Amino acid sequence: MSSSPSVIAIAGAAKSFGAVKALGGVDLAMSAGECVGLIGHNGAGKSTLMHVLAGTLAPDTATIAVGGAPQAAYGVGLAHRLGIRCVFQELSLCPNLTVAENARVLHASLTGIGWRRRAARLIGAKLDEIFPRHGIATDAIVGDLPIGKRQMIEIARAFTVTTDPLRLVILDEPTSSLDAHTAEQLFAYLRRAVAAGVSCILISHLLGEILGTADRVVVMRDGRIVTQGPTIGFDRSKLIVAMGGAEAHDAVPAASASPRSDAPLLVRFRPARQGDGRELVAREGEVIGLAGLAGHGQTDLIIGVFDLAGRRSAQGEVNAPVALVAGDRQSDGIFPLWSIAENIGARSLAKFRRGPLLSSAAEDELAARWKARIGIRTPDMRNPILSLSGGNQQKALFARALGSDARIVLMDDPMRGVDIGTKLDVYDLIREEAKAGRTFLWYTTEMDELSHCDRTYVFRDGAIVAEIGRDALSEDSIIAASFADETSAADVA
Amino acid sequence: MSRLGTKLLAQPWLWSFLGAIAVWIAAIVYTGGVGAGGMVSATVALAAFSALVGTAQMFVITLGPGNVDLSLPANIGLASAVAMKLMDGNDALVAYGLAGAVGSGVAIGVANYLLIRLLRIPPIIATLSASFVIQSVGISYGRGLQIKPPPGFAEATSAAVAGVSLIAVAVALFSLVTGVVLHRTVFGRSVAAIGQNPRAARLAGIPVERIRLMTYALAGALGGLAGALLAGYFRGSSLDIGNEYLLTSIAVVVIGGTAVTGGKANVTGLWGASLFLVMLLTMLNTYGVSAGVRLLVTGLVIIGVIVAAGGEKTAR
Amino acid sequence: MTITALAPAPATQAGAASAALRRALRKALPGLSLAIIVGAIWAINPRAISYFGFTLMLNLAVPVALATVGQMCVMAVNDLDLSIGTFVGFVGCVTATFLNEEPWLGTLILLGCILAYAVLGALIHLRRLPSIVVTLGMFFVWQGLAILLLPRPGGHAPAWLHALMSLKTPIVPFPILAALAIGLVGHVGLMRTSYGAVLRGAGGNPVAVERAGWSLLKAKMAMFGLAGVCGVLSGLALIGLTTSADANLGNGYTLLSIAGTILGGGEFVGGRISPIGAVIGALTLTLAGSLLNFMHISPDWQVAAQGVILIVVLAARVLINRTGAPR
Repeated sequence: MSSSPSVIAIAGAAKSFGAVKALGGVDLAMSAGECVGLIGHNGAGKSTLMHVLAGTLAPDTATIAVGGAPQAAYGVGLAHRLGIRCVFQELSLCPNLTVAENARVLHASLTGIGWRRRAARLIGAKLDEIFPRHGIATDAIVGDLPIGKRQMIEIARAFTVTTDPLRLVILDEPTSSLDAHTAEQLFAYLRRAVAAGVSCILISHLLGEILGTADRVVVMRDGRIVTQGPTIGFDRSKLIVAMGGAEAHDAVPAASASPRSDAPLLVRFRPARQGDGRELVAREGEVIGLAGLAGHGQTDLIIGVFDLAGRRSAQGEVNAPVALVAGDRQSDGIFPLWSIAENIGARSLAKFRRGPLLSSAAEDELAARWKARIGIRTPDMRNPILSLSGGNQQKALFARALGSDARIVLMDDPMRGVDIGTKLDVYDLIREEAKAGRTFLWYTTEMDELSHCDRTYVFRDGAIVAEIGRDALSEDSIIAASFADETSAADVA
Repeated sequence: MSRLGTKLLAQPWLWSFLGAIAVWIAAIVYTGGVGAGGMVSATVALAAFSALVGTAQMFVITLGPGNVDLSLPANIGLASAVAMKLMDGNDALVAYGLAGAVGSGVAIGVANYLLIRLLRIPPIIATLSASFVIQSVGISYGRGLQIKPPPGFAEATSAAVAGVSLIAVAVALFSLVTGVVLHRTVFGRSVAAIGQNPRAARLAGIPVERIRLMTYALAGALGGLAGALLAGYFRGSSLDIGNEYLLTSIAVVVIGGTAVTGGKANVTGLWGASLFLVMLLTMLNTYGVSAGVRLLVTGLVIIGVIVAAGGEKTAR
Repeated sequence: MTITALAPAPATQAGAASAALRRALRKALPGLSLAIIVGAIWAINPRAISYFGFTLMLNLAVPVALATVGQMCVMAVNDLDLSIGTFVGFVGCVTATFLNEEPWLGTLILLGCILAYAVLGALIHLRRLPSIVVTLGMFFVWQGLAILLLPRPGGHAPAWLHALMSLKTPIVPFPILAALAIGLVGHVGLMRTSYGAVLRGAGGNPVAVERAGWSLLKAKMAMFGLAGVCGVLSGLALIGLTTSADANLGNGYTLLSIAGTILGGGEFVGGRISPIGAVIGALTLTLAGSLLNFMHISPDWQVAAQGVILIVVLAARVLINRTGAPR
């Protein structure tokens, strides 16, 4: 670490979204030519901090200084001029423009005669530098390219320089769509760029990337920085402890009388991209975990089972009514204009029918029952759903599924960004309901939750690669299966 | 009491009723009180038609962003011709004619839905292109024929008891049913759910496509019914009998407090807005302004209301 | 701990190839439909394929093409302008009255119209209004103003305008040259300039463009303002051809302009537009009118034919999008 004045320093950064405190006073200073690895659990505040630094989100309070000079009206435009770039997780390229035109969008100075040629040269040269043999034509329409190439363009674009200096590049999960080879090219380039004096913040869930690339590690939890220091002083287990992953381990439930191999078969399903004969099987009263890296086919399977409800096809059979608990509440779950009671009742409309009309008494009764059972904190279930906190909204979605006539409950990573209290309530409920004969298919990105499952299927590239029983379950076994290469597609069941 | 007051003031439909009354007062001040009652009576009858066609549009708009039925005017025109042809001036055939008009409306609604679904085009374009085809069908079907309605039917559509038109009473009753359908039936709830979040609706087990089809068919049916009734009220079918309802149907929905972004319908507001708009035109007529001013004012009113109401409804 | 990230890209070679095929087909569609229409006219009435024939058939192509390019500008930023038809009509009325009698005042009014368009764009952006409702309101505003100005058909085109529109160019008829010029100017302005890229980007991914430090408000105002410019030029051209005005002269242009944009390969959302395609689409629609006449299709069904053409083109687009893309 150099002792020159910080490239960028943020102090006392705080930001709340309604009742949720996303950032609770964060101080961070970056030196020139320093690479900081930023890690933390879901909801630790990494993304919020990054958006504040990039100027795309105004903090409630913060002082930001760039190159030692305090910046009063900090925003996107100013951040750009000061040379602070960001590679967002959700790609920020214009799909209707060419690669070169997308470079132009980032650089206000690329104008005048010959701008197309200059833009193409600029982005082309940077792509060559970072990802040799990338095979991307600069006049290709971005929307026609596969996601991996788009991510490469996005990264290369962040490192292009015209008139403004380049001080800091923030990379949020930059390898999420890159294969191992291109990811390696990226990290090699990062080390060169950092050596040349560019600062860099790397956010990644892959601890190996952090440990192998960063000079300094910053660990966040609950909107604060809890630990930081030179990477030399950390290893994998220390990082996990610092993120707070260890404390939840004692929440493992008492082993229930799980495997009932004679119980009726409710779900049999083979993923579309399954090459071998493996299929998912779920019997009455089972809690089945779906694990593996995010986006590897778990949600597709859940939607597949949802659509097959009550039918059978070449892919499998689903022999009972289903209900789904969405993980992405805003886009998949909530009806924002409705009350809590109406949101809970949405899956049970047929049950409320008295003659041609819906009985609001029946709806209220269902809502009241689940308010008590799942503990939704509100004075009145007729209040708008948006008056609830995120965790309580999620509880309402659980109540919608569990209060319905469904025998099979599909859960699409439903605990994303949910507080620990809600989680514990719901875990208990799932165990109770399973005991009463309900079947759960539970996709989760949180390792701890798999310990609640009787069996876990691990997914990779859209297919099931392993089936792990409760006894054999461990973080290592999941990771091993998620990352396994050709040699060890072992079935640990 | 004061809490009730603030709650009442927060209702978007209240303003349209207040607006209607204000415009009425402005009009009778101008005429010096002459014809105040008659003005109300005529306004209520015409407003009933706006409310009926507006109900059709309201169901479609409640389906969510982009959903709108621009084929209603053409639908009304064709249905008016179909109804008059089938009734053939004979009071015994009234039910037959009404059924024909509703049937032609349903067919148009289904065709609209199929265009939207199969060609994956925005409803606005689908219903617009459909409306051009319907216009041509209407021209060649009702060519030059200005068939008179059966005398009994014509009388019924314009009859009034104590100054209150029968058709207004019928549409008001129908609006009550509509309110119940919207809030207390599976269909109404499903429409509102799809309008708020189609993906969440699908994942909550609501048959999204079936509800969409039913909604467009229902809107078509209501348009057809309005066409038949208008032909009775105006003593004859005409292809452009529905033209003014292109703007009016959307305007009464927007002014009446139905969410333009979908998911929330407001039947009461529909009536307030219909009364307001018709009263406004009546007032402009009493002032003796030209057609140009009438168009200008209607256009500005709808823009003013949409600007005041704003479009940002969805919570993200 | 949480496990996310590292989803390998399912980038198959076949997917890329079929995407290229789809793109090529879609690019060819506008030219293809124009060729089909010209071919059909030639088959029915070969004499129409001549200098004189084209001059006659494409008489109204210039105003239609201009209105279409205007509509395309609005569609590029994911909106729709339902008012362009009556706007063209209103501009026509201004041209045949004020611009003829008091050129300075007329010019001022027309500039004000363009400003009104830009303000409308700002309003739609700032209040996040549905453009359909706002422009439907404007449809009636422009129509009302036009009727106020010219309650019954009348007025005179300025002499210079009439002279310009009835220009006799050597070898290639004037409407074709003019359409070519419109397409080229639009192409250079929107597809080749550096700010044009930003404007289209604002339709493709507004969030990204905003994050790159551009003002979406300015982009929206620019695109609506351009639509206003095109609408004004369209009205001028129209009056130059008809020599006198009528408040309802442009009413049909709303549908024509939307159809022309779609026919020319534009999309309703996502900023995918093609100015040259839009002009070709406008030419195709204009010629389609002549074709219907040659085919002795009764005027009753000509309105339907417009709708049917639009539906057929959209259907063709759906078919192309499905080619080799089993989704």
